[in-house]
Amino acid sequence: MNAYVDVTALPAPAYPPHARTYRYDEVDREFLQERIAEFSGQVERRLAGALTEDEFKPLRLMNGLYLQLHAYMYRIAIPYGILNATQLRQLAMIARRWDRGFGHFTTRQNIQFNWTRLEDVPDIMRALADVDMHAIQTSGNCIRNTTTDEYAGASPDEVADPRVYAEIIRQWSTLHPEFTWLPRKFKIAITGAPHDRVALQAHDVGVVVRKNAAGETGFEVWAGGGLGRTPVLARKIRDWVGEDEFLAYLEAVLRVYNALGNRDNIYKARIKILVRDLGDEFAERVEAEFARLPKRKYRLDPEIVDQIASHFAPPPFAALPDNPQAYAQALDGNAEFAAWAKQSVRAHKAPGYASVTISLKPIGGIPGDASAEQMEAVATLAERHSFGEIRVTHVQNLVLPHVRQEDLLAVWDGLRAAGLATPNIGLISDIIACPGMDYCALATARSIPVAQMISERFASLDRQLDIGECFINISGCINACGHHHVGHIGILGVDKRGAESYQITLGGSATNDAAIGELVGPGFAYDAVTDAVETILRTYVAHRAAGERFVDTYRRIGLAPFKEALYAVA
Amino acid sequence: MPLLEDGRLVADDWVTVADDAPLPDPPAILTLARLRAEDLAGRNAPLGLALDPATQPEEIADLLPRLSLVAVLLPKSKDGRAFTQARSLREHHGFQGEIRATGHVLPDQYRMLLRCGVSTVQLPEGADPAVWTRSADLVDIAYQPARDAGAPLGLRRRRLERV
Repeated sequence: MNAYVDVTALPAPAYPPHARTYRYDEVDREFLQERIAEFSGQVERRLAGALTEDEFKPLRLMNGLYLQLHAYMYRIAIPYGILNATQLRQLAMIARRWDRGFGHFTTRQNIQFNWTRLEDVPDIMRALADVDMHAIQTSGNCIRNTTTDEYAGASPDEVADPRVYAEIIRQWSTLHPEFTWLPRKFKIAITGAPHDRVALQAHDVGVVVRKNAAGETGFEVWAGGGLGRTPVLARKIRDWVGEDEFLAYLEAVLRVYNALGNRDNIYKARIKILVRDLGDEFAERVEAEFARLPKRKYRLDPEIVDQIASHFAPPPFAALPDNPQAYAQALDGNAEFAAWAKQSVRAHKAPGYASVTISLKPIGGIPGDASAEQMEAVATLAERHSFGEIRVTHVQNLVLPHVRQEDLLAVWDGLRAAGLATPNIGLISDIIACPGMDYCALATARSIPVAQMISERFASLDRQLDIGECFINISGCINACGHHHVGHIGILGVDKRGAESYQITLGGSATNDAAIGELVGPGFAYDAVTDAVETILRTYVAHRAAGERFVDTYRRIGLAPFKEALYAVA
Repeated sequence: MPLLEDGRLVADDWVTVADDAPLPDPPAILTLARLRAEDLAGRNAPLGLALDPATQPEEIADLLPRLSLVAVLLPKSKDGRAFTQARSLREHHGFQGEIRATGHVLPDQYRMLLRCGVSTVQLPEGADPAVWTRSADLVDIAYQPARDAGAPLGLRRRRLERV
């Protein structure tokens, strides 16, 4: 029993060229088929009464299936937010065939379908498996999809490629025999850049891939972050773990959590509570566990790292000059294109290339939603202009990571035709919102309509540009899926004696200057939220010094001026 | 209650003894309190411990040489502390005896329990062992190291032998 055959070295199958997604081989595909068979059997046992709903629930959750207000919600894993064009087309097909023609991209870089019928799930699973996708561990008290920098492999500030290690974490955590029945869900984010684009400190574990002076790879590890009803920022528990000991160290962290995490109260079960309560003792316990782990057994073999890294080798970039004439002329001659490029186009490590962020936040739209037609349009643009690769961002947008600068005008044209050229990346209408009471069984207030109202109020691009960078995050209940605690302006909808009430926090941040926002005062009624946001932004504009973003001004002048403006008797 | 070992029902020689019951002759599973309190120096029959999910294996390390069995408990199927206890008993303490999973265990957890070092599972009355072996054999590919006999080291995929 439990003997093995080493099945590591099987040949990889043919796949669309150039796209740097992890390429499944026959073993990975067989594994997916086994999982489909397993889940189908679980559904049968549930239907036959051999499993109670209580027993079945964690099993279906671990396969991405939630029971929501109107229907099942099916959350599909997009490992570290990377898709190839074939996969995105398949998601469009699924949206059209088994949903209502839409999909919803999430802050965890996944996609969810909100109108799934239980009887269709096995077919959807097979359609996903056809393109090497699945919904494993997108929910449940297990290690979830690892998230990473949406500009990985493209960003000029990258020190090491986080995708390689995100894939290693994915494999290691897949059906982990010891860590599949944790006290609560477990989210890992990993970045390889000094600028934090993964909300590192808002995660159960945050990892920074680093290089030392000798050029060796290692990891800085943070633990104990999380939002929800008790927001806590992660603390650093180790400066450096060598590459070969990475998995051993993660084993140690998870083992301490699995043994000691709270099992009695789900609101105290996340690792953040354990880390907060134990303080320094948490890291000490992890060190003690790490010290006695059999290192050889958990050693991350450099050969495996190299093999996985080969999946993420740079695509064949052409030797191109930066700022080609065609691009410069297009910018000069087309103000609308230039306005879009200013917000959406980002510098790339390869000369002559750029990364394009595609806004899924049209004015008055549902943040993160994309229609089947839009997914197909993005897939086509990716095939033509980005080596067939697409990224999902943790602010619910999409990215074409590797676009020739000379092609940017054509990409913009294509996006415009698909209704995807809203030039608001990083601006006030680039809002993160959870599904809220429109879909979610846990929600206590609406969040999508609030996002829509705010985005309509600030529809003018001139107004948005004048306000500058400001992130609004909206959650429809204290579980904080909209990450309101770390929004520059955070909005939390709660139920107050049968009416929706929206509490506003200011000054949160999910990047290097991570902070939990401060509550500005009593909540606002549904109809009054947009006015409150307006008042907050007017107060900022009145007080700002030259070059200050909203959050800079807030940090300088504090809560008082905002409080006064919001609550002063007229 | 039926006992599952290597996918088959086997005879259970052990009795679980309440703290206030007299100590019987056959192999007995006791609580930690009883094991600590009772003078067992003269006893030759095998001893087992019913390990509470909240007790860390370190706390019972001194007793392990006297124990032939440790029973770990899943109070609810989703309470997975037993997985870490079992792994720790094998990996850190070199415990060679029987590790028995008790409580609310699902067939869907059988393979994972085995991979963490559990050797037997106490089944509910009337359970069909075939359901358990089928469930364990459904997914036979694993991506990470565990207690798989002779398994490769580190992050290498492996095919598990049928139960």
